[in-house]
Amino acid sequence: MSALAYNPPSFIRRLLGRPLAVLALLWLLLLFVLSVSAPLCAPIDPLEQDLLALKQLPSAEHWLGTDALGRDVFSRMVHGVSITIAGVIEAVVVASLLGLSLGVSAGYFGGMWDRCVQQYVSLVQSLPTMLIMLAVLAVFGQAMLPAMVTLGVMGSAGVSRVLRSVTLAVREELYIAAARISGLSDAQIIVRHVLPRIAGPVIVQMSLFAAIAVIVQTGISFLGLGVAPPAPTWGSMIFEASASLNDFPWLLVPSGGVVALTVLSFGLLGDSLRDTSTESWSRPAVRQGVKARLAVKPQDLPEGVLLSMRDVSIVTSSGQTQRTLVKGVNFDLKQGETLGIVGESGSGKTLTSLSLMGLLPPGVHVSAGTAVIQGEVIDLSNEKRLTQLRGATVGMIFQEPMAALDPCFTIGHQLAEVIRLHGLRAAQVQAKVIELLEQVKIPNPQDVAQRYPHQISGGMAQRVGIARALASEPKILLADEPTTALDVTVQAEILALLRSLSQSRQMAVVLVTHDWGVVADICDRAMVLRHGQVLESATVVDLFHRPQHPYTQALLAANPHSAQPGEVLPTVDDKLMDITGAAA
Amino acid sequence: MLKILFHRLLMSVPLVVVVTLLTFVLNSLAPGDMAMTILGADGTREQYEALRIELGLDKPLMLQYLSWLGQALQGDLGVSHFTKESVSSLLNPRLGVSVFIMVGVLVVCLSLGLVLGVASALKGGWVGRAIDAFSLVGLIFPSFWLALVLISVFAVTLRWLPATGYVFFSESPKDWALSLVLPIFSVAMYSITSIAKQTRDAMNDVMGRDFIRALRACGLPERSVIWKHALRNAALPVVTVLGLVMIGAISGTVFVERVFVLPGMGSLAVSAALNKDILLLQGVTLYFTLMTVAINLMVDLSYGWLNPKVRLS
Repeated sequence: MSALAYNPPSFIRRLLGRPLAVLALLWLLLLFVLSVSAPLCAPIDPLEQDLLALKQLPSAEHWLGTDALGRDVFSRMVHGVSITIAGVIEAVVVASLLGLSLGVSAGYFGGMWDRCVQQYVSLVQSLPTMLIMLAVLAVFGQAMLPAMVTLGVMGSAGVSRVLRSVTLAVREELYIAAARISGLSDAQIIVRHVLPRIAGPVIVQMSLFAAIAVIVQTGISFLGLGVAPPAPTWGSMIFEASASLNDFPWLLVPSGGVVALTVLSFGLLGDSLRDTSTESWSRPAVRQGVKARLAVKPQDLPEGVLLSMRDVSIVTSSGQTQRTLVKGVNFDLKQGETLGIVGESGSGKTLTSLSLMGLLPPGVHVSAGTAVIQGEVIDLSNEKRLTQLRGATVGMIFQEPMAALDPCFTIGHQLAEVIRLHGLRAAQVQAKVIELLEQVKIPNPQDVAQRYPHQISGGMAQRVGIARALASEPKILLADEPTTALDVTVQAEILALLRSLSQSRQMAVVLVTHDWGVVADICDRAMVLRHGQVLESATVVDLFHRPQHPYTQALLAANPHSAQPGEVLPTVDDKLMDITGAAA
Repeated sequence: MLKILFHRLLMSVPLVVVVTLLTFVLNSLAPGDMAMTILGADGTREQYEALRIELGLDKPLMLQYLSWLGQALQGDLGVSHFTKESVSSLLNPRLGVSVFIMVGVLVVCLSLGLVLGVASALKGGWVGRAIDAFSLVGLIFPSFWLALVLISVFAVTLRWLPATGYVFFSESPKDWALSLVLPIFSVAMYSITSIAKQTRDAMNDVMGRDFIRALRACGLPERSVIWKHALRNAALPVVTVLGLVMIGAISGTVFVERVFVLPGMGSLAVSAALNKDILLLQGVTLYFTLMTVAINLMVDLSYGWLNPKVRLS
């Protein structure tokens, strides 16, 4: 977390560091200048018809050529800017004011008002916008202002939906509660504490909505509504281009181009603003081609070893810096044996087991290390080979049993899918599903097979997870805190199940846990991990009775299972942070 | 599930009422009423008063609305003052054209949007960049401009497809299909982009979830993990957006029917707006609102079909 000391440059400077955002800003600035100084920038009258120069391509005199009536295209485009900009500003002002007040009040106050606003939002969002605008245009005699105000009202629904959820998140923060306790009124809290926090999303929404407003404004004038015909607008220019589509398609280019550039600029600006305000300052991790070295030969291993991990190091790298998460872990595991990997959160115990599956999270990879599985030496950075071993050789069960099941498919379907990988016929597959569910001691397997994950309990989900891992009959089973998310009685049942399965199937089990009780219960040997390094590795009996390393001793002393009522539970001393153990 | 559908159907009644009432109220706000529009500048005071009574404009607004609503429920949407034909006889033959375009847009934007979205979520490099560029075209160019470019390329230059006009299915199914290709793609470009973007975000989200790792740990092939499990889960948020996209596509048909001179409801709506034909516009709005109700119902149905939690509750 020391990365927080890094002081990021200001928001504006970060935004200006994005070339696309700068280009977008420049284009919008140019449009703004043109809208107030059109006669200066384009001195040719946009309505003047030069019948001797019809449908001309760009020239020194007519920068963007002339249209079917010999009018200067560049001049018409420049004079059309102010109408577009005015329409966009009208719509954006209405949408953001209305959206802001509705969204913030709904998010901040919640309750009945919130429900009303949400009803309003879903109602407006299911209206056909263009139809409502056509009705307004018909009624108000084709004036642009009421049409764009209507667009703003329609757009406010989407804006308020986004701002509502942002406000909801801000409202939950502690400093808002503190402000309330210190006696500030709601109005004061909203103005001083909520609005500054959501200013970013507001600007993003305004920018993205402006892009839509440009298209709608152009569309209305394309239909000949909103602005009376000879007046130059971007939309009417596209309409005029359609009349000479057969013989002079060039007219489509300047008219469509200026619209697209403007829409693109608003869109890019919105996206850049959003990215700038949410970026986390960690550049995407680059996988480095570090070749793991082969440190072990199968014949060197002791008799009966099924799995051996040698010199496993795991790193995460972002940009130039590389951080070691696991360093030089070694262990051997025999058939039918259970190894416990014990450690605090963040000690690297889960990563060690995931590295064997080739399933490390993005940005994390094995920098060195070999595994020997059933006599085959495997480079742990060779994900392709590890992928082939998943399922049939190495199986895994996870900490959050519910999250490990796909919520969209039935239990039976998810089991059958794995069973089918091993070439069973349809009739056998169903029988095998039931058999597996029976093996993990699920009552009414026929019934459970037809249920969806959300219809079963956490303990049942973990049994399903175990059944699914067993479906491929793996030789090695990795269990990543398989009982942490379950309540105590269920924990004991799951552990008993794991123990009996590992014995009946002669599997080698690697059990990741932070619970000494679990270790004592089912492990043969255990390994204590801290900051990615193995501190001690011994049989469970030795470890409990003769812990060698001071950290192990401290960790054992902190075991809540052996706590005495009325006495303070010992915690691990900070001095032990020195992993060499010298400080103790 | 049936209960949810019934509930949603019930909830859409206020929507229809609000939309039609809104157009009614807008109408009353306008300077000059329908009688004045019909008579034009030449009408006398007596003619005007007589017409007002004939049209029921002398009654209070709420009463006018209720009588319109009562007749609408019996299928009578009034008479267009411009063409003197009944609104429903103007609308009904045009409904098919608009529905065909909408269905076409749905098919195209779902199939292309999903494929492009998944591809851009999983593939970086030039594939991702090409998809981004394609998406950009759909986002920044208005549908009617794209329609003109498509006409210019595929009809005027290449002569593969008809430029404008509509052929009824009963006349020639082949020409009917050909006459719809360009309109559908003009409207669908924006929808494809939205669906693809939503699919990419949803896929990225789903691919980071625990069960994906668990499925891989079971040895399932990537093909099944991505196209079956991840896509099925990613489809839930996509379907929600699909409803909004399809409602947005209604606005697209208004423009595109105009460009391609298709005899649909959208082009009728524009001429109604140009002619201040309020009752006709009211009728079109009602039809399109019913279409959005249908879209929302379909979204709910598919949401329930995709999500067991909704289906079984």
